[in-house]
Amino acid sequence: MSRLYVARNPRVAARSLDGEMMIMSGRDSTLFTLNKTATILWQAADGATPLDEIVSEKICREFEVQPGEALHDAETLARELADHGILQISEQPISPTTSMAGGSR
Amino acid sequence: MSGLLEEMTERALAKNIPLTVQLDLTYRCNERCVHCYLDHDDHGEMTTQEIKQLLDQMADAGVFILTLSGGEIFLRKDFFEILEYARWQRQFCVKLKTNAIMIHEREAARLRDIGVESIQISIYSHRPEVHDGITLVPGSLQRSLDAARFLKSQGLRVIFANVLMVQNLQDYQGVRTLAGEMGVECTLDPTITPMMDGDRSILSLAVDHNALQKVFRDQGLVGDVDEFCTIAAPGDDNSLAALPCSAGHTACYVSPYGDVFPCVQFPLPTGNIRKQRFLDIWRYSDQMNDVRSIRLKDLTTCTSCTHVTSCTRCPGLAYMEGNMRGPSSQDCEKSFARTGVPSANMLAKKRTSANLIQIQVLPAAGNAPVSGAIA
Repeated sequence: MSRLYVARNPRVAARSLDGEMMIMSGRDSTLFTLNKTATILWQAADGATPLDEIVSEKICREFEVQPGEALHDAETLARELADHGILQISEQPISPTTSMAGGSR
Repeated sequence: MSGLLEEMTERALAKNIPLTVQLDLTYRCNERCVHCYLDHDDHGEMTTQEIKQLLDQMADAGVFILTLSGGEIFLRKDFFEILEYARWQRQFCVKLKTNAIMIHEREAARLRDIGVESIQISIYSHRPEVHDGITLVPGSLQRSLDAARFLKSQGLRVIFANVLMVQNLQDYQGVRTLAGEMGVECTLDPTITPMMDGDRSILSLAVDHNALQKVFRDQGLVGDVDEFCTIAAPGDDNSLAALPCSAGHTACYVSPYGDVFPCVQFPLPTGNIRKQRFLDIWRYSDQMNDVRSIRLKDLTTCTSCTHVTSCTRCPGLAYMEGNMRGPSSQDCEKSFARTGVPSANMLAKKRTSANLIQIQVLPAAGNAPVSGAIA
């Protein structure tokens, strides 16, 4: 089974407010807030760490969830965030150069 | 304001976080607008490094929406370096205010690549002779409009900002029509701000009562005229406990020299980032906390005014009139023009001026004055 890599889209604006991320899409200026789980995923999305590792190292340690269930939920969340242009997902590691060139308004 | 942004602002307010900052990068300008409140000489702007350090501090303090303005921001040779740093290193949501006359295809494409939320361009008229007569730069309207087209062609959000004054009173509809044709947004502001050194002479450019009345009854501008012009219900304990505006609460302003103020229109110095950390000024400045302490119920004169809960009263303009807890006469004029009901401040001034009228019955020869001469 291939691994999934996630990277923050540098085109969005983002700030942590009281522990939750506030994110404005660079695509259409829509504002989103991420809950604590999504915030952990966002902050760990460096393009180099596979999603399953983020789940086991960051999310499962923070919350009492089964790794399989957590990974399934994290994949769903990552794809939703990617649909909004907030995250980039790939089956290959995502380099900063690649992510910088991604997407336009 | 969107529901989510409103919710975020509420949370920022509760946590004392400066969610929004306007940072003027320079007061230098390549236009000489007749109504401008700035001194355009450079008195020691922050260096690139100082600005980057400030951006670091502001990001750490929780600032999310960063408006870069001036002066003309594109006059700074390091403008794109600062913008890239703000966007790519510190992930601010960046808005720009500019006259845009230095923006060509290349700059527009670069702004698209960096990613800015919006670009606000000052457009005072659809007629070159009027716009250029205000900016005092021949050809400036054409250059600003060309820039707006370059930016639109890159898919960027453009907003025309029109300041209403005596010179362009007849042209705001023309600007709106032009904006509509170009697919850009348009704002109209009848406020003329006194010079930052306190000189109020440029207030003579402000439009008069009749013109304001006409603007406030323009359905295309205000929507439902009856609703817009209605007199608000009297203030109750809840509404009088409200904050006057966001200045010092979730927003502030930083000048090119590092001075921090509650708002761009509120020249009360609260500290300088060359001497203190941004967050320390924001949290601990006596002046900032003084501004923060004001509620509608604390205002002199205004608390008893019919318009207290619906007035656009600007505490910065009030401060420039001498009392940040006092009325702002320009906003009194707006409330009056909108509703037809004079403000408490206007009535008080009328009483004062009535008391100053000197009517003296000339005494008959050899008699003492009949009525007391006043002052």
